[in-house]
Amino acid sequence: MDSSDAVPLLELRGVSRHYGPVAALSEVDFTCRAGEIHAVLGENGAGKSTLMKLIAGVVQPTPGEIFIEARATRLATPAAAQSHGIVCMFQELSLAPDLSVRDNLLLGARSTGLGLFSYRKLGHARALLDRIGGESIRLTMRVRDLTLPDRQLVEIVKALYRSPRLLILDEATSALNASVVERVFDLLRELRDEGLGVLFISHRFHEVDALADRISVFRNGRLVETFDNGAYDYGDIIRLMIGQPLTALFPPKASVGDRTLGVPTGPPLLSVHDLSWEGGLHQVNLDVRAGSITGIGGLDGQGQTILLHALFGVLRRVHGEVRLDGHPIRLSGPRSAKAPAVGLALVPEDRKTEGLIPALSIRDNVTLALLGREAGRGDGSEADIAALASELELVCASFDQPVGSLSGGNQQKVALMKWLALKPRVLLLADPTRGIDVKTKAQIYTLLRRLATNGIGIVLLTTDQEELVHLCDEVHVFYGGRVVQRLAGESLTSENVIAASLNVAA
Amino acid sequence: MSNAWSDRLLGNPRELFAAVFLAMALALYLGTHPSGASTYVLTIWANQATLLALVAMAQFFAVLVRGLDLSVGAIMALCNVVASHLVSGSALELAFGSATVLLVGLACGIVNGVIIVYGRLQPIVATLATAAIYGGIALWVRPTPGGIIDYDLADRMTLDVAGVPVALIIIAGIVLLFWLPLKRTGFGLSLYATGSSEQAAWQSGTPVAAVRIGAFALAGLFAGLAGTYVGFVTTTGDAGIGPNFTLNSIAAIVLGGVALRGGVGSLIGAIIGAFILKTISALMFFSGLPPLAQPFVEGLILALAIAIGGADVLRLRNRLEAFER
Repeated sequence: MDSSDAVPLLELRGVSRHYGPVAALSEVDFTCRAGEIHAVLGENGAGKSTLMKLIAGVVQPTPGEIFIEARATRLATPAAAQSHGIVCMFQELSLAPDLSVRDNLLLGARSTGLGLFSYRKLGHARALLDRIGGESIRLTMRVRDLTLPDRQLVEIVKALYRSPRLLILDEATSALNASVVERVFDLLRELRDEGLGVLFISHRFHEVDALADRISVFRNGRLVETFDNGAYDYGDIIRLMIGQPLTALFPPKASVGDRTLGVPTGPPLLSVHDLSWEGGLHQVNLDVRAGSITGIGGLDGQGQTILLHALFGVLRRVHGEVRLDGHPIRLSGPRSAKAPAVGLALVPEDRKTEGLIPALSIRDNVTLALLGREAGRGDGSEADIAALASELELVCASFDQPVGSLSGGNQQKVALMKWLALKPRVLLLADPTRGIDVKTKAQIYTLLRRLATNGIGIVLLTTDQEELVHLCDEVHVFYGGRVVQRLAGESLTSENVIAASLNVAA
Repeated sequence: MSNAWSDRLLGNPRELFAAVFLAMALALYLGTHPSGASTYVLTIWANQATLLALVAMAQFFAVLVRGLDLSVGAIMALCNVVASHLVSGSALELAFGSATVLLVGLACGIVNGVIIVYGRLQPIVATLATAAIYGGIALWVRPTPGGIIDYDLADRMTLDVAGVPVALIIIAGIVLLFWLPLKRTGFGLSLYATGSSEQAAWQSGTPVAAVRIGAFALAGLFAGLAGTYVGFVTTTGDAGIGPNFTLNSIAAIVLGGVALRGGVGSLIGAIIGAFILKTISALMFFSGLPPLAQPFVEGLILALAIAIGGADVLRLRNRLEAFER
């Protein structure tokens, strides 16, 4: 459908967005057309989310102009954007957890306002939900009680319910399996043919390939290029995204042990037998060996985080067995997990709320996990902290600086320092490179490889496909709380990881 | 079996438990009272309980949007003393006076809301300050208890109609004519959404600032209603009645299953919680326990009720979830 002569639905000219000295976006000229699906690709920190937030009215350009159908417009609030027909499905879901599904659907719907509403208008929503695979979602269920995939379906229906002219999807299908994704895509294509404009962010190339008409690549806050789908191949696109060939990012893999198996042989450091937990783990078996990086992959919310929590002692009534060096361990919480006799460490997913205390200084954060341990061998001393900081190449003014004032990459380094100060035997990491710039990522990859080589067991949960394929020695792909596929050596390829993640028979 | 009915019924287990607890307590009270379940006994009980219920309703709206209103007692006292000046005379004067009293309550609530939203202050801090201000104004309006509230009107509001205490009719009226329709409006929905997740509500296009101010305005209005009603019960104006009611209003809503973090609970729960408090109090009074021991036993029973209501924390299978409560 060639609409290149028509007035674009949305246009950004010279748009920048600064947060203090940091430029999340610089001088971006960007257009969206009606009846077109436009994908936005870019590394973490490239500016994609900021772009979406600008268009959805969550933040303002500093400076820059936004044109809707060639008229200059100010989108001061999400409500203002919605009045222009711009509807956004955010990565942090915009559902109120204590409200029911139907109450959430009504919230902010065009017709709702502040006056009386009627539930009869929801007939349309029920049909939409059923169409994209949400038959089992009752409208009276509270969102808090829904699984992540179901929440995403509700969020999609909520967005469509507002009769958008431009629909923005920010990682909208990150937890959905293949058949559901296909149904959502069918719906999107149909709406596109009826004139809807779609703008979407995704990390998944196969999704972008299947759905997009045009693709824009962002890097370091700038729009690198916009091109039609098919103009470039995968390798070219990666180079546009990170500015260098992909292989330069990752250190070489473990070279010890059996090459075809891909992992060192010998007794496992940590082994998990038939681990089950009522809330989402079923008979999980895996081994972690010193010297290798064990990856945990799969779509969002398939049990990976639950596994890490179970290993770290956060969960109660876990069935099955966990052995460290052959000895079974029973944990009552993080305190017993980090004890010197056990030596587990968990770097959690959300560094701002789970991994660090932003108001406290670097020094206080780094020594936090050491509190209560017998002080010895200079643990937590100034020299120790300085040594860790130089090993991780931390960039900061001083150790008294509050952690909240550091960049995302440096914050993550502090989170790592905190746990490395305990000299753990097994390091569990939940998406450590999320939202971090490319350079810091490379440093963290090198660090992880070095730690593995020095004999520490590394369990890496990640949603970044490239990390699974190029950094990990073996990968366990999760689906529905089970390990559906173990990939290592030659079987560890992108296609196999994707297929296993989406629960498609390889 | 999970279905739409079980979703609705089990949506707030603490509220359900409170309702059952109230039924049991009331049965015990009426069963052990020396005069039995007579209209007279019921009316006295209903008046006291309704009074607290009105303040609890005020607190409910503030807490629903993740706030806390420490000035509900003070607004109540202020409205009470204003009523002691205005609510007397001809029918027109009565109507005008009552309306003015409610407007005073509403105005106090709006002031609270504006200070909190635009002053970006923590509700607990802002209302602590406004409580002192409203209490001060109340003292200035009526330094010592006195004044007059029309006796006939007071009687009609605090006796019974065909054996049913008027107080209960008032409560029923509020629930049926105000609360149930409110839940079906976008505004009602916005109150819950703003309390449950202000960010999600804002991203959905809800005018969260206006909604929060509206919530505190409603709190002021209901505090005004409570101040008017206490006038009907005592037929006098007293500037010092505030503090007790403020604290009890918080206890009442917690008992009734309203979450202090916002977004969870209902007006009916607030009413149930208030009724539980007053029923236990009345039970103590007639139980024959020594007077000095009564508050202690009352406190124990309440602690037990709250502990049982919150016992689901023991069932948590993920220790991190305990930090979200």
